[in-house]
Amino acid sequence: MRGGVLDALRGQLRNVAPFATLIVLVAFFWAASGSFATWGNLENILTQISVTGIIAVGLTFVILCAEIDLSVASVANATGIVVAYFTLQDASVSIANVPLPGWAAVLIALAVCCALGAVNAFGLTRVGIPSFIMTLAMLQIGAGICALLVRGQIAYAVPAVVVTLGSGSLLGVPWIVIVLAVFLLAGHVVLTYTRFGRYVYMTGGNREAAAYSGVNVPAVLSAVMVISAVCSGVAGMLGVAYFGSAQQNEFDTYLLDSISAVVVGGTSLFGGQGGIGNTIIGLFVLGVLNNGLDHINIDSFLKILIRGLILLVALVINVYAQRMRVA
Amino acid sequence: MLSLSGITKTFGGVAALRSVDFDVVPGEIHGLVGENGAGKSTLMKIIAGVHAAYEGEMRLDGRVVHFASPRDARAAGIGMVHQELSVVADLSVAENVHLGAQPVGRFGLIDWRGMRLGAAEHLAGLGIAVDPRARMGDLSLGLQQLVELSRELFSGARLIILDEPTSALAPPEIERLFGLLRQLCDAGKSIVFISHFLDDVLAVCDRVTVFRNGEAVATEACAAVDKRWLIERMIGAGHEGLEESYLADIPLHSPVDAPVVLAVAGLSRTGAFEDVSLSVRAGEVLGIYGFLGSGQLELARALFGVLPAERGEVRLDGRPVRLSSPPRARKAGMAFLPESRRLMLFGTEPVFKNVTVAMLRRVGLVWLRPAVERGIAGRHVDSLRVRPPDVGRALGTLSGGNQQKVALAKWLTHLPRVLVLSEPTRGMDVGAKDDVVKIVRGLRAQGIAIVVVSTEPETVLSLADRILVMKKGRVVRTFADEPVSKDRLLEAA
Repeated sequence: MRGGVLDALRGQLRNVAPFATLIVLVAFFWAASGSFATWGNLENILTQISVTGIIAVGLTFVILCAEIDLSVASVANATGIVVAYFTLQDASVSIANVPLPGWAAVLIALAVCCALGAVNAFGLTRVGIPSFIMTLAMLQIGAGICALLVRGQIAYAVPAVVVTLGSGSLLGVPWIVIVLAVFLLAGHVVLTYTRFGRYVYMTGGNREAAAYSGVNVPAVLSAVMVISAVCSGVAGMLGVAYFGSAQQNEFDTYLLDSISAVVVGGTSLFGGQGGIGNTIIGLFVLGVLNNGLDHINIDSFLKILIRGLILLVALVINVYAQRMRVA
Repeated sequence: MLSLSGITKTFGGVAALRSVDFDVVPGEIHGLVGENGAGKSTLMKIIAGVHAAYEGEMRLDGRVVHFASPRDARAAGIGMVHQELSVVADLSVAENVHLGAQPVGRFGLIDWRGMRLGAAEHLAGLGIAVDPRARMGDLSLGLQQLVELSRELFSGARLIILDEPTSALAPPEIERLFGLLRQLCDAGKSIVFISHFLDDVLAVCDRVTVFRNGEAVATEACAAVDKRWLIERMIGAGHEGLEESYLADIPLHSPVDAPVVLAVAGLSRTGAFEDVSLSVRAGEVLGIYGFLGSGQLELARALFGVLPAERGEVRLDGRPVRLSSPPRARKAGMAFLPESRRLMLFGTEPVFKNVTVAMLRRVGLVWLRPAVERGIAGRHVDSLRVRPPDVGRALGTLSGGNQQKVALAKWLTHLPRVLVLSEPTRGMDVGAKDDVVKIVRGLRAQGIAIVVVSTEPETVLSLADRILVMKKGRVVRTFADEPVSKDRLLEAA
């Protein structure tokens, strides 16, 4: 009987380990700092993980298909800059921008991130470039778009709707947290309850078998690349409002953060296992870690190393969990 | 040399092996037969160190041993060649022979010359005629198998376990393999030969052990038994005549008045098949037979758009169709079951998801309906007698024959116009084979046009109404409305 429980736990290692990590971290910071466990700080954490979280929703789809998207942060940055480019900037900002109504600027920005995702999809499924390389090129292209549009300057103004969603609040809850919740919920519903979601898992679990079963694998892969780009684009627009500025290299840290969130949460790098639930746990692990380290007396340069070590441990667990499922 | 006593192995409370005694003496070929799920593979995995947890005692040369890993088993001189070979297609033959033990020269660099010469000498010593510089993937499957076998010997194996070694081989290749095995036995090596091909077991083995339901029910000298005796012990009494030998002529009849469903003209793909024309009527099973590498497996893939044809025309119900990708072929009304279950099934997913993946669109365009899916899967699991009958179970835990039934079930809910089956009964036991034959006959009765491609004459003979024989990518003979037998097929191929 004891062996049975142990076996069940081993089989669930992918889900149990990140959750246990989260509980240990929360308990540690709770004990170590008086200012950590407060409602106000919970709101801080939620707000801090929002941009990463919205990107991570799209990335979850990609990683479930056993692909990767390295262009997420770059696409986010480009989309944020595009929306600012089509918004009237203050006279002090010397960017040759093209003022349009807010809704038009948002639509153009969404079209841009869709298009960038479509280029990723085309390269991956039609040309046959591995996603790792294809999205690496897209990372550069996105950075190039940013550079060309702002030319080293900083833009500040974005459409009102973006300002509200990025930095406003509804009944005391930041809008950006609400948007994150909506994206997580939508991602979960699509992955768990729709035909497309099933195809994502099947494509990631055994791509050949999916193809031999008549699943349109290239279409599924294309869709996840576009979903990832659109999530990044939305995160980019809201991020610009949240930071209060649009400039080059603003989102660089979000690439590693969003991949970490998905993988730390336990979604398999080999595809087919995991989901939004895992991503939520991963987001909280990273969010609590980043936030908690600010609440205790620690060398701020050591923080970077600690995050790296946590990611390494998560990767080790990820690979072991995969091995146990195979055995 | 090797003796096991009282081996018991359970998986989650289910006994896969019950107090099994088994032994191998030096210089013998020991056959291992039994239906799928009878425990043959489990026992071999214990011997090869894959399963470390079991009850009972294993002795090697009289000493008690317990292998914690395949590496331990290998170090003790036990090698295994799986049905699905583990060779590196992109490396040379010499590199494959030396895999994991490359000779190094000065400065720790690989001694390429020594490696090539060593491999050449080793292969020549075994009578395997192959250039050590050749790329592994360019060799025939039969040669690849021999090279893998030679690798096990090269790394010091004294006992070699062969799992279904003849299933993908043409008769001349089988003869060559048997010759090598006998040569090894004369040199004092021991072989365990696991196979569903009872004729092969009787032809090459010295002794044979029969497994049934996790028990070793009999061990006898092969000279003292025949095929009937083996079958009786494999499936218990009262199942006479289940597997006919097909040596006698069997008549072929095609339904002449049924409409032609699939018509193919001049289909070609470079390096695979050339100028293939065929037609299949509603309610007809067209068998395509050929040795491995004759192009029939590639032809089957072309009909499902996996390896699209480069030239030629395909008509479905009289209308021309382009089968350029699997989704297109699917939409046109084609369905395909590849020869490898790995290409068809999701091991970690439950049975019901495996059954419904090919027809989800019909269950719901956007939303999934798991209850409906379970219902559909449940009906197939019952009617196909899948064991255990649990649609929530992870597919990977089922035996091979049951997995094959699940793979077939994919296409049974919404019937296709044309069903292409590649090796539908390969590696299956007698009972499961019989089930598959019944399923295919049932589909034929419903007016489906069925194409069965195989490298086993029995498969084609047991299913087909009309038979094409392919050789080197071309159709060389058609058997229709005439008697046919195994020797006539082999003669044509």
